[in-house]
Amino acid sequence: MARYEIQFVRKPLFGKAALSETAVFYIFSTLAVFGAAMVVCHRNPVTSAVSLVLTLFSTAALFVLLRAHFVAAVQVLVYAGAIMVLFLFTVMFLNIRKSELRFDGANPLARAGLLFVLMAATGFFASRIFSAYAQAPPKLADPENFGGAAGTGRALFGDYLLAFELTSVLVVTAMVGVLVIAGSRRA
Amino acid sequence: MEITVSHYAVLASVLFVAGAYGVLTRKNILVVLMCLELMLNSCNLLFVAFSRLHEGAAGHVFVLMAITVAAAEVAVGLAFVVSIYRQRRSLDVDLLKILRG
Repeated sequence: MARYEIQFVRKPLFGKAALSETAVFYIFSTLAVFGAAMVVCHRNPVTSAVSLVLTLFSTAALFVLLRAHFVAAVQVLVYAGAIMVLFLFTVMFLNIRKSELRFDGANPLARAGLLFVLMAATGFFASRIFSAYAQAPPKLADPENFGGAAGTGRALFGDYLLAFELTSVLVVTAMVGVLVIAGSRRA
Repeated sequence: MEITVSHYAVLASVLFVAGAYGVLTRKNILVVLMCLELMLNSCNLLFVAFSRLHEGAAGHVFVLMAITVAAAEVAVGLAFVVSIYRQRRSLDVDLLKILRG
C-alpha cells in the first residue's frame, strides 16, 4: 500500500539545514499560543476568528508530528475550514458596527499581560504535573496502520460504529434546533 | 532535546487556560464561543498525544467525535447569537440576565 508521509527529519526543508522534529514542534506551538492569545485579547471579533484559524492550523501541524494524518486533515477541513467560515459568516450576517463593540475589550494590553502571567504559571505547574510523561513516544510497531485514513476508519467503523451512528442523530438534532432557533421570523 | 509527550501536555494545558480565561472574562458572546473552541481544541491535542504514546486508534476516534460535537455546538451557539442579536441589538453577555424571551 502506497503511503505518503511527510518526513521532517530525513528530507531537508530549508536548503541544507534539516528541520528537526523539535524545531517543528516549537515553531508550531509558538504559533498556536500566539494565536490563542490573540483570540482572547483582541477587540475585533474578525481578528479573533482569523487568529483562531492560526491556532487550529498549528494544532493540525502538531497532529501530523504525532502521526495522526487523518485527524490533521479533518482538523483543517472541518475546524479551520467549515467552523471558521460559520463564525465569519455570522459576523458578516450580523453586520455589527465598530461602535457596538465598545462594551468589550476595555484594555486589551492589561488583559494580555494577565493572560501571559496565567499561561506562564500554567506552563510551569503543568510541566511539574506531567513530568511522569517526560518520555518520547515509542517507535510505532505498525506505522502503516496508525493514524492514516485506513487505520482510523477501521476503528471508527469497527469498535466505535455505534458511537459513529449516534453522531448522525446528534448532527440532525443540531440542524433542526438551529432551524427552530434562528429560522423563525417572529423574533 | 527530544519532544516528549509531556511537551504536548504542557502546550495543551496552556491553550486550555487561555481559552478558559477568555470564556470567563470576555463579554462579546462571539469571542466567548471562539474561546470555547480553543478549550475543545486543546483537549483534542491531548487525546492525539496520548493516542500516539499508547499507539491506539481510540484517541483519534474520540477527536473525530469531539470535532463533530464542536461543529454542532458552534452551529447551535451561533443560531443563539443571531437570535439574541435580533432581540437585543447587542452581543454583550452581561445583558443576558433574564431567561424570559
